[in-house]
Amino acid sequence: MNTRALPYLLLLPATLFLLVFFVYPFVQVAVQAFVGPAGFTTDNVQTMVKNFRFWPSVRNTVLLAAIVVPLQLVMALVMASIVANLKSARNTILYIFTIPLGLSDLAAGIIWLAIFEQSGFLNSMLVSLGVVDKPILFLSYQNSWVIFVAVLLAELWRATAIVMVILVAGMGLIPKEYYEAAEVFGAGPWKRFLKVTLPMLKPSLQTALILRTIAAFEVFSVVQALGGTTLPVLVGQTYDWQFNQQQTGVAAAMALVILAISIACTVFFLRVLRTPKGATL
Amino acid sequence: MRRNLVALAGAALALVMATNAVEAQVLFWANQAVPVEEAQKMRDNVLKNFPGGADFQPQDPGPFITRIQAEEQAGSGTIGVVGALHGDLASFTKDWIDLSDIDLGAVKPSPAFMQLGKLGTSEQKYLPWMQANYVMVANKQALQYLPQGADINDLTYDQLIDWAKAMAEKTGSPKFGFPAGPKGLKHRFFQGFLLPAYTGSEVSKFRSADAATAWGKFKELWQYTNPASTNYDFMQEPLLTGDVWVAFDHIARLGTAFNQKPDDFVAFPAPKGPKGRAFMPVLAGLAIPKWAPDVAKAKELVKYMMQPEQQVATLLATTFFPVTDAALPADLPAAARALGPAVTAQTSSPDALPALLPVGLGDKGGQFNQVYIDTFERIVLNNEDIKTVLDSEADTLRQIMIDTKAPCWLPDADSNGQPCPVE
Repeated sequence: MNTRALPYLLLLPATLFLLVFFVYPFVQVAVQAFVGPAGFTTDNVQTMVKNFRFWPSVRNTVLLAAIVVPLQLVMALVMASIVANLKSARNTILYIFTIPLGLSDLAAGIIWLAIFEQSGFLNSMLVSLGVVDKPILFLSYQNSWVIFVAVLLAELWRATAIVMVILVAGMGLIPKEYYEAAEVFGAGPWKRFLKVTLPMLKPSLQTALILRTIAAFEVFSVVQALGGTTLPVLVGQTYDWQFNQQQTGVAAAMALVILAISIACTVFFLRVLRTPKGATL
Repeated sequence: MRRNLVALAGAALALVMATNAVEAQVLFWANQAVPVEEAQKMRDNVLKNFPGGADFQPQDPGPFITRIQAEEQAGSGTIGVVGALHGDLASFTKDWIDLSDIDLGAVKPSPAFMQLGKLGTSEQKYLPWMQANYVMVANKQALQYLPQGADINDLTYDQLIDWAKAMAEKTGSPKFGFPAGPKGLKHRFFQGFLLPAYTGSEVSKFRSADAATAWGKFKELWQYTNPASTNYDFMQEPLLTGDVWVAFDHIARLGTAFNQKPDDFVAFPAPKGPKGRAFMPVLAGLAIPKWAPDVAKAKELVKYMMQPEQQVATLLATTFFPVTDAALPADLPAAARALGPAVTAQTSSPDALPALLPVGLGDKGGQFNQVYIDTFERIVLNNEDIKTVLDSEADTLRQIMIDTKAPCWLPDADSNGQPCPVE
């Protein structure tokens, strides 16, 4: 067998899979978005943009991703460093940290709903402590920023662990020699983290960031549970166009917007966190 | 897919049964009482005493329509009686025979429903079979705040607003509740209750001055509405927790409140506006196709279904209420006992103004609803100018009517087969 062809041959099944189940449907989605009964049309895009919920949903989604992802990154780095440096009970702590990963995102949303609801845990706690005399309505359309914060908390709680797991794996791959050398030269823990851990983690950071950012743009169930339609987000609007209004063309146009943002972010992270070939471990 | 296959197999089986063993039975083809349990109760409790027997075959919408279409095209078939919602029956108006010669004796169906059963013709195309509806429910604690001289069974929208205001001011928090959550049936309230009560129309007068008044009234009511309403899908829940004292919803979404705390709540009819007491009945009717193999027997079955005993048995089987003045027995579940009289009061009031579920919109039903939901969110939640919103949403509504070519349905004036105009 030609050894030069082997890698490509091995890639073939995955490529075929991606072509059939990702590229082909996306071509179809693009066709649905831009082809009407009378050929090419921008009607769907116009309907989408003219809807009064479109720009709020773009704003909410982007804002949510822009706040959630950096926060998660910082928290995950801290958690991963703690786990990586533990001498004992490392696995126990790791399991505890990753419990939220085992839940579906809708279940996570419902848990946080149970906390913030008018008759929820937070209210009953505040009332029994005497802080307020009657339950406060937190999740109301009048202060949608509270819904935003609740979604933020739920997302942090739910999905930080996935970033942490990737980073823990990445830290495990960093050879001890680097730290020993750094110590010999007198680098303290903070300096070691900045000069050894972070640069060596670049490939893991890249993976984690791409995964998390794309997922952040696809946020749906948690928002649905906590805010219903009060806090419109892109995927929620796509769902609405497709299933409630049965306007597949407009839903397809929305899907393309999400795809465009996701691709842009992926390219961004690939470039910014590029590790030169040969510099990897 | 599997569901379709099962339905198909079921239909095939039904066909075999219909052509063989049950030759003498009337085939009762329905798209209601489809869940197995309900279907079994229909057979065991409702139809068991019908002389000669009836073969009750409830179907999912797809197979249900397909067989009627097939028999219609063939000009012959085995269906004896069709039981379906008003909108479904309206799609086959010319296929039904005149039922006005069925002698109902002492049974008195609601006149408004009998009128609907004519499907815009001079013949009685179907007889009303059973109904669901939307009503109001109040916690008994709320009754002390009713405005002076107001009769809970004959409220106006203005009195409802005063009531909500009094509750909000005297208890310190808004106690009126409205199902404006993502899965709430808020659009039905605007389509079938608020707008027709003020405009006498569901579609044509969407952007009229009367409609603007109606939205203004609702905005006023909203000031005294629990703001958590945008999270409520089923009003029985906030009623039970006490977050809400007065609410509007579909009877199927209020039942639990009565069944859990029967002594705490009362049900009452929707308020009336300048054009009448508008309400949105979910009405099922019984019709007989022209090609029915034994018309006399089929008419007997229809008559049988209208009798008080069967009307009550149907209520127990399906939770749909009688359309006649059948007396309800005392041992009914609490929800049926409380909701039944409210439904009757609403449908048989002298100023009753039934506003039907959309007819002929096909898969545009969701978009139609969205127009009303968006109008609500823009006017009431986002505080946009009423006139501007109505004008812009009317364009969308008009386009839907043109695309679907749907003629007007009640209470809108007949559009003579033309798409219902949005004036």
